Amino acid sequence: MLNVTTPELERPAHIGSASDTKVVAKDVNVYYGEKHALHNVSVNIPDRGVMAFIGPSGCGKSTFLRCINRMNDTIPICRVTGKITIDGEDIYDPSLDVVQLRARVGMVFQKPNPFPKSIYENVAYGPRIHGLAGSKAELDQIVQSSLERAALWKEVKDRLNDPGTGLSGGQQQRLCIARAVAVSPEVILMDEPCSALDPIATAKVEELIDELKKNFCIIIVTHSMQQAARVSQRTAFFHLGVLVEEGATNDIFTNPTDQRTQDYITGRFG
Amino acid sequence: MTVESAPMATETLAAPRSKESAKKLIAKRYAAERRFRAYGIAAILFGLAFLVALFSTIFVRGYTAFLQSAFTLPVHLDPSAFGSSTPPSQSDIQMADYTKLANRALFQALGVDPANKAEAKAAGALLSQNADTQIRRAVESDPSLIGKTVDFNLLAHGNVDTLMKGHFDRTVPENRRQLSDKQLGWLDKAAEQGFLSKHFNTGLFTYGASSKPETAGVGVALVGSLYMMLIVLLVAVPLGVAAAVYLEEFAPKNLLTDTIEVNINNLAAVPSIVFGLLGLAIFINFMGIPRSAALVGGLVLALMTLPTIIIATRAAVAAVPPSIREAALGVGASKMQSITHHVLPLAVPGILTGTIIGLAKALGETAPLLMIGMVAFVVDFPKTPFDSATALPVQIYMWATAAERGFVERTAGATLILLAFLVCMNVTAVILRRRYERRW
Repeated sequence: MLNVTTPELERPAHIGSASDTKVVAKDVNVYYGEKHALHNVSVNIPDRGVMAFIGPSGCGKSTFLRCINRMNDTIPICRVTGKITIDGEDIYDPSLDVVQLRARVGMVFQKPNPFPKSIYENVAYGPRIHGLAGSKAELDQIVQSSLERAALWKEVKDRLNDPGTGLSGGQQQRLCIARAVAVSPEVILMDEPCSALDPIATAKVEELIDELKKNFCIIIVTHSMQQAARVSQRTAFFHLGVLVEEGATNDIFTNPTDQRTQDYITGRFG
Repeated sequence: MTVESAPMATETLAAPRSKESAKKLIAKRYAAERRFRAYGIAAILFGLAFLVALFSTIFVRGYTAFLQSAFTLPVHLDPSAFGSSTPPSQSDIQMADYTKLANRALFQALGVDPANKAEAKAAGALLSQNADTQIRRAVESDPSLIGKTVDFNLLAHGNVDTLMKGHFDRTVPENRRQLSDKQLGWLDKAAEQGFLSKHFNTGLFTYGASSKPETAGVGVALVGSLYMMLIVLLVAVPLGVAAAVYLEEFAPKNLLTDTIEVNINNLAAVPSIVFGLLGLAIFINFMGIPRSAALVGGLVLALMTLPTIIIATRAAVAAVPPSIREAALGVGASKMQSITHHVLPLAVPGILTGTIIGLAKALGETAPLLMIGMVAFVVDFPKTPFDSATALPVQIYMWATAAERGFVERTAGATLILLAFLVCMNVTAVILRRRYERRW
């Protein structure tokens, strides 16, 4: 079922030494009302690389992802304890502005969700509300470079004023990535970014992720173990709200230490 | 074949079924479906029949209200009627006896001898008492007409109008009729010669209340309704949208907000006359706003429309997919920005639709206006919302209680005008909804 000899896996594992760790989670617990959804998750996520969260549905991987840009704050019954730091800064510090945090930690969602506005407006929205561009020319420049980084510029440069919702699913998802990139975040969270895309569009997005990891810390939640194997350098396996195992992707897929990981990647459950 | 299949059938778990019984069952199912469709079509036809009956009755009774009989007469504006000074002073123009001028023209056309007092009186009664005002207005606006002979369409009396529209019963004995045989003779002659005819009734839209049907119109009621609609727009829309957005997006879900929500839904079901009582108690008795003023009516209708707008806005805001909100929050927009930049623009068509439907409901509302004294005989146009005014449905209510034939047709005519407004508003709402309907 799982092709463990993909060429991507032969690359050396990411240079994830302790010195360039970007995100550190320590004993993170999440409760939805009475339900204890995440148990004592502790993980170090390296900068300039891709970290994949895998696990069966309902295991808490998306919940954990949404803790990193405090998207869970929008759910009234959700409660988070523990500590998450980005570059050593506690993101749950009450003095920290959550809006500023979300500018630093961009997010790409499961279903492409461009604003029902023009392609240009979709990308320009973030820079505009954060005042990143001093002039129209500067904003044009940001839009162009963001679309280029999202490998979408060539396809849309002649129709920037067309609605973003008129693009194909894969293009929409790359537009959403361009929108996230436009505010120059440090971390990009991707919540199953390819689950609504066909294999060709998926390949393009994966290529893009590979390119983006040179500049960003990327955390991706995925249901596809092949995808985790292809794009990530480190992988964390979640099961029933517990972080079971975390390590270099190569090791997780070829030599898991935990029986549950072994069972999951060999397709015995999930 | 049947011999072979028999033992097979006993082996299957499902009840054995012959081809005939299966066919029967299928036929039964199709019959049930056909019956169900027939019921639906019958229900629709039933409703449509009532609608057609309603509209055709109103139309048949009301279309004549849009026509009005008038005498087309050359009136000589004799300078001697305007006093001695030349040119005539302002007061001379105001005080001149225009009825005499109008009558003179009519007598000439009908061949009536002005010296015969009885005949002159009978002939003069054929003109509307408003005929003098028509001539005066013309002279006031252009005094140079004095001394000339000018053609006027002078309004005929209500009885003449009834005759012209064929609603006059000539078989009634003369002493119990509104028009004598002599008058009928003159009128037949006038109609034959073509100087008595029916014209489009602009007066229906420009006159205010009047005790004479030929000079009664919905003008004042239209202005009153317009003022009230403006007040509803200015008061209910901002309040309603703000309340709905707060409840939907910001308010915590607890017992208090649940209670508020239930009560907003209850308010939408409160009989409108109760809102009238509220308006009477608060706006008139407590705040001291004058009775019958369009402002009071507008405020009462605004209160009544508020729940409709809140409910429609909440539905429209809730229909904006959460993914749009998440997208906005995800690029670092504040909650406020995500609402004003993304949620509200997408909810606007729904809000507009709800608002228009609320306005249409308010436009047709009568009961609360009765409570705050809008059932008033208002002749003059209200210049501000603080002046006395009446409303279109109230005008219909008042005319419906009048006995003259002219008022009966005006009741139906005003109903047609009101229905036309309501249909326009609802069509606008449907078009807006169709046009801006979005798919995500």
